[in-house]
Amino acid sequence: MSFGFDPRRDPRKILIWTLLALGGIVMIMPFAFMISTSLKGRGEVYDLRLVPLAPTLENYAYLFRETKFVRWFLNSFSIAAVSTISVLFFDSLAGYVLCKYRFKGRQIVFVAILSTLMIPTEMLVIPWYVMSKNMGWLDTYWGIMFPGMITGFGVFLMKQFFETVPDALIDAARIDGLSEFRIFWEVALPLVTPALSALAIFTFLGSWTAFLWPLIVTNSSSNYTVPVGLASFSGEFSTEWNMIMTGAAVATIPTLIVFILLQKYIIRGVILSGVKG
Amino acid sequence: MASVNLRGIVKRFDRTEVVHGIDLDIADGEFVVLVGPSGCGKSTTLRMIAGLEDLTAGEICIGDRVVDRLEPKDRNIAMVFQNYAIYPHMTVHKNIAFGLRMARLPKPEEDRRVREAAEILGLVDLLDRRPSQLSGGQRQRVAIGRAMVRNPAVFLFDEPLSNLDAQLRAQMRLEIKKLHQTLGTTVVYVTHDQVEAMTLADRIVVMRDGRIEQIGAPTELYRRPVSMFVARFIGSPSMNMIPGAVAEGSGAVALDGIGTLSGLGELSRASAGRRIFLGVRPDDLRVATEAGGGALSLEARVGVIEPLGPETLVYAEVGGRELVAKADGRISLRRGDVVRLVADADELHVFDAETEAVLPR
Repeated sequence: MSFGFDPRRDPRKILIWTLLALGGIVMIMPFAFMISTSLKGRGEVYDLRLVPLAPTLENYAYLFRETKFVRWFLNSFSIAAVSTISVLFFDSLAGYVLCKYRFKGRQIVFVAILSTLMIPTEMLVIPWYVMSKNMGWLDTYWGIMFPGMITGFGVFLMKQFFETVPDALIDAARIDGLSEFRIFWEVALPLVTPALSALAIFTFLGSWTAFLWPLIVTNSSSNYTVPVGLASFSGEFSTEWNMIMTGAAVATIPTLIVFILLQKYIIRGVILSGVKG
Repeated sequence: MASVNLRGIVKRFDRTEVVHGIDLDIADGEFVVLVGPSGCGKSTTLRMIAGLEDLTAGEICIGDRVVDRLEPKDRNIAMVFQNYAIYPHMTVHKNIAFGLRMARLPKPEEDRRVREAAEILGLVDLLDRRPSQLSGGQRQRVAIGRAMVRNPAVFLFDEPLSNLDAQLRAQMRLEIKKLHQTLGTTVVYVTHDQVEAMTLADRIVVMRDGRIEQIGAPTELYRRPVSMFVARFIGSPSMNMIPGAVAEGSGAVALDGIGTLSGLGELSRASAGRRIFLGVRPDDLRVATEAGGGALSLEARVGVIEPLGPETLVYAEVGGRELVAKADGRISLRRGDVVRLVADADELHVFDAETEAVLPR
């Protein structure tokens, strides 16, 4: 068997690999406990051993039959999908305009958009709530989605990336007779697909895991997203850990699929933006 | 095909005026090269003809139409850019056909034109490739092909050869010239390379600081530059400039550290004492071993010798100043040799030191 290195030749690598292995274990432990707990019966939940004594799929059966989990899952999925499409379209459009057009106040607009990145969600939920209440958006899908339909981060990312599209290409397309929108759509956009994929991943995952705002804006349990639904298993007097872990395990699946399919884009996206999603 | 007429073209970016009122008439089928150092406004002028920049003032006609308010696509022009500007995500065929597709040309006609252009430019085998699989020269051919299929009235070239290496540049230069001879389309070509300008142009427009310095055929600019700027810009190596002053007597000048030179003919507009520069091209400066002939005859000490094969550049010192002469390639000289640099009166140019304009004789 070959590990790609010979420890006798390079002892430093033993240290590096040991540290990496330890780091990996630390990262994996919570997931291992999540899976393990989801397979435990109610009586065994507070027993912290990793391998359940009597593994059971009861929790999964209960989750799908007795709770609104499927509904929450679909809610989360559609909200994440719509937000992602909206962010991809509007952020790239705004980024393109800020990058490729010269107009008065361009810098001010860009700085204003950037400054929205500095305000934490926790500070925004109150104005969002007041706004939703006045507009009648409380407890609706639109209410959950609207703050994330366009993001400052995406505009910034796309603007930076459109800098790599040569101006001459856009001029050439103008001479070829394309309208300004079609230049964006048919010439510029296809050249920034790496940035688009990175942005799609960040946005989808961000929306999928969003908790605070959906919790505040929704009331009826049929409008919950997955994280809010799972939190509802935790009551005032007791917390159904086995159900929370079961739901979380299922909710991880789309995230895992996204990561496995688009791994190289995620890494490239992180490098591109210099920001973790 | 069409003529191009510029009338009082002005371009201002914010408060900076970069083109200060240019008038230029380009005849139908003419190959005109705009040349000048970077920042002289040549590219901006070209982009205004293309419709990629708005005019601040003035008027542009292509053919008998005023085109100022028309979109680039409606001006019946095609443009080739310095960095090729071919679409990286499309095949060569699609790149060339893209403009035609936008113009909604019937498919068979589109294919016929692409085929024809590809044959002329030697791209037939590359039609299914993507730009990333092409060399620089091939990419520029694709860009030219894309311009050709539009059958434009005017071709605009914006430094199309600057990104190519020297050998390829010479080859593409020849191809562009052949293409012009084949198609006979009006061409406006921008470059900062005076060799390109000299070899390609029917007429050269030398620009400086947003103004036209001189317009003329290549040899005219070379033989009769109207200013020191044009004299220095056209020709390589650059024209030798010897400072001096107008002396008493008809057609005489006193060159600093060298002595008086006469027989230049009447310097009608300059009074004695006026500071001047005497210009002489390296090609016009003969290297002789003994005195005789020529209005200008200077004793010089050979410094650096640069053999180029057919000719040899001789850098020689005269009165504390270095002059360059282009001698025959078979000349045998050594550093430190004393020679005479000789030139005839009609090969000498006298420029006013203050205005830098040529002094009429």
